[in-house]
Amino acid sequence: MVYEYDGSYEGFLCCIYESYVNKEFPIAFAGNEEFPVLTLYPVRRVETDLTHSSRILRSIESRSNRAARLLYRAFHTCMADREACLYRFVRKLYADGPQFLRRTSDEACFPLYKAVRHLSGELEKLRGFVRFSDFGGILGAEIEPKNRVLPFLRGYFCSRYANESFFLYDRTHGELLLYSGGRSRIVQADSLTLAPPDEQETRYRKLWKTFFDTVAIADRYNPRCQNTFLPKRYRATMTEFQSESVFIPEASPADAPLPSAPDGIPAPVTLPGSAPPAPGSCI
Amino acid sequence: MDLLDKLTILTDAAKYDASCTSSGVKRGSRPGMIGNTSSSIAGCCHSFSADGRCISLLKVLMTNYCVYDCKYCVNRRSNDTRRTAFTPRELAELTIQFYRRNYIEGLFLSSGVLRDPDYTTLRMIESLRLLRQEYGFNGYIHAKAIPGTSPELVQRLGYLADRLSVNIELPSQKGLASLAPDKSKAAILAPMRLIEAQGRQNKEELVKYRHAPAFAPAGQSTQLIVGATEDSDRHILHLTESLYARYRLKRVFYSAYVPVVENPLLPALHTKPPLLREHRLYQADWLLRFYGFRAEELLDDQHPNFDPMLDPKCYWAITHPEQFPVEIMTADLDRLLRVPGIGPTGARRILSARRTGPLHFDDLKKMGIVLKRAQFFILCGGRMREGLRFTADSLALQLQAVERGSLPAPAAQQLSLFDATG
Repeated sequence: MVYEYDGSYEGFLCCIYESYVNKEFPIAFAGNEEFPVLTLYPVRRVETDLTHSSRILRSIESRSNRAARLLYRAFHTCMADREACLYRFVRKLYADGPQFLRRTSDEACFPLYKAVRHLSGELEKLRGFVRFSDFGGILGAEIEPKNRVLPFLRGYFCSRYANESFFLYDRTHGELLLYSGGRSRIVQADSLTLAPPDEQETRYRKLWKTFFDTVAIADRYNPRCQNTFLPKRYRATMTEFQSESVFIPEASPADAPLPSAPDGIPAPVTLPGSAPPAPGSCI
Repeated sequence: MDLLDKLTILTDAAKYDASCTSSGVKRGSRPGMIGNTSSSIAGCCHSFSADGRCISLLKVLMTNYCVYDCKYCVNRRSNDTRRTAFTPRELAELTIQFYRRNYIEGLFLSSGVLRDPDYTTLRMIESLRLLRQEYGFNGYIHAKAIPGTSPELVQRLGYLADRLSVNIELPSQKGLASLAPDKSKAAILAPMRLIEAQGRQNKEELVKYRHAPAFAPAGQSTQLIVGATEDSDRHILHLTESLYARYRLKRVFYSAYVPVVENPLLPALHTKPPLLREHRLYQADWLLRFYGFRAEELLDDQHPNFDPMLDPKCYWAITHPEQFPVEIMTADLDRLLRVPGIGPTGARRILSARRTGPLHFDDLKKMGIVLKRAQFFILCGGRMREGLRFTADSLALQLQAVERGSLPAPAAQQLSLFDATG
């Protein structure tokens, strides 16, 4: 049996519910609506029902809060065969109780721990490596993470920029975090075009690049050490590693009329079509 | 002079300071103010420069004018270099704009001595006051306390900054006398003692009155220059240990001396900075702070310097064979921490995991414990790792091989036909 669901965390919890109700062991999950599943197995379409998902969540939490947290984090990682691993983990939790969680090398929870460690590493890097630009008073940044990091960066950046308005766009997963006036939400956005930087913005970019280049001590030049701490995949979105063009202002950036982002946050970005509110932003 | 030139000059003058941390204080956002301090206790690195060092703070000097003539310093008055100074407003604007773009975690403000220490500190206080009060900056600030400043001013500085530091620079009185004739050991230690006493008093106040202003909540640190004078590693490590114990420093930084000036008292220009020695000192520093080692265990009179080919923990382990092997299933935390290759995180994971059942070498690997060093010193359930071959004599070489890729290649040696028989 292959389970098809909407790709959200709640949807996945509903899959667990369905497998319990129907006494089935799903062998695969399809969480992407866009592609019809090509398989010879029978397909069960699982509708997301919040009463079912919260029931499953409560029952997992009653067994172990730690397991619930691990499951939520692991769901947002990029691990191979993600849903199947998580499903095995939940089954084992129901069958054996939470004792095996301590045993980090256990085959049901090792893949989760490994993936969550990867996620935590990426989060720690991104907290520092995200580069915002000022678009006429609103801050905006783009990232290209491997994991779905936005739910976990949300609290950090909302607290850091509590009195600003900002957006953070995840290019890999097409998700957009919006924050303004104490409220934040995560929405889907398939693509996003940023307005070109104005003169003030390029001035600070240039100052930062100068600082970055000057602060290195030539006698201690050590690119290997730099690569270890700052892997090259992060550099595509970091100001100090960009080519000359991002340091040159472009004419009339702020004059062009810009569409508004949902929730009345005026964002200097172009969203194609209207973005539906994201499911799964409740935790 | 425009801001870009000023930033270049004053960054260039500040970059030899090793410390760049934003750790030790957790302060949430406040209404009407900009920013917070890092939500993780370990601080936050925002970039890594081409020398592999972390950039966490905007590290600049207030000014590089200086009345002192310390021989090792780029900013000494006899050096012919461009001089400039930030105005408090320029500095505040720069910090806020960098902070908003997530370039930095805060400001690291140091200064050359303009006129006298009190006047310089007053200017630093003015900048920080402007930044904190007018601009409402709530992020991290690290400020340098200049030796010779009057106690009231150090106190005022401490209420504006999160961390203070006083640089010892040269590890001995003799070095100071010859290379920094304007500074004395007493003048350096006085503010350090003051900050320690004030911090302790402030902790008591905060217990009684929750809204008492915090004095340097992230504590204080210092820096020692390694390789400018003849001091041994043993001397430096003992000094470090006593600084941690007596002044409760959060960190001691070591800075491999980069020759910036020709002077008969200093290493010649183009001498490579002793980076490996600095690395070994940091390794030993960690052993003191997190592993329960004492300085006299690591170095003694016969061995006043670290072995460049072997890290301090491995060296200690092979000179204390009576302590090993350690049984993973039964050893307590202190003994696990003495095993090369096992750190505080790994040791705690072992303690937690072994409660559920026996651990094997594969389990350790899955728990994230690197076995390339540890395998020689541990048993799992009474067994050594399968296929492991070593003798007491070969152990040192096998451990050296682990690190070989990152060490400088040893000089080639001509083999002799006759040594073995002699």
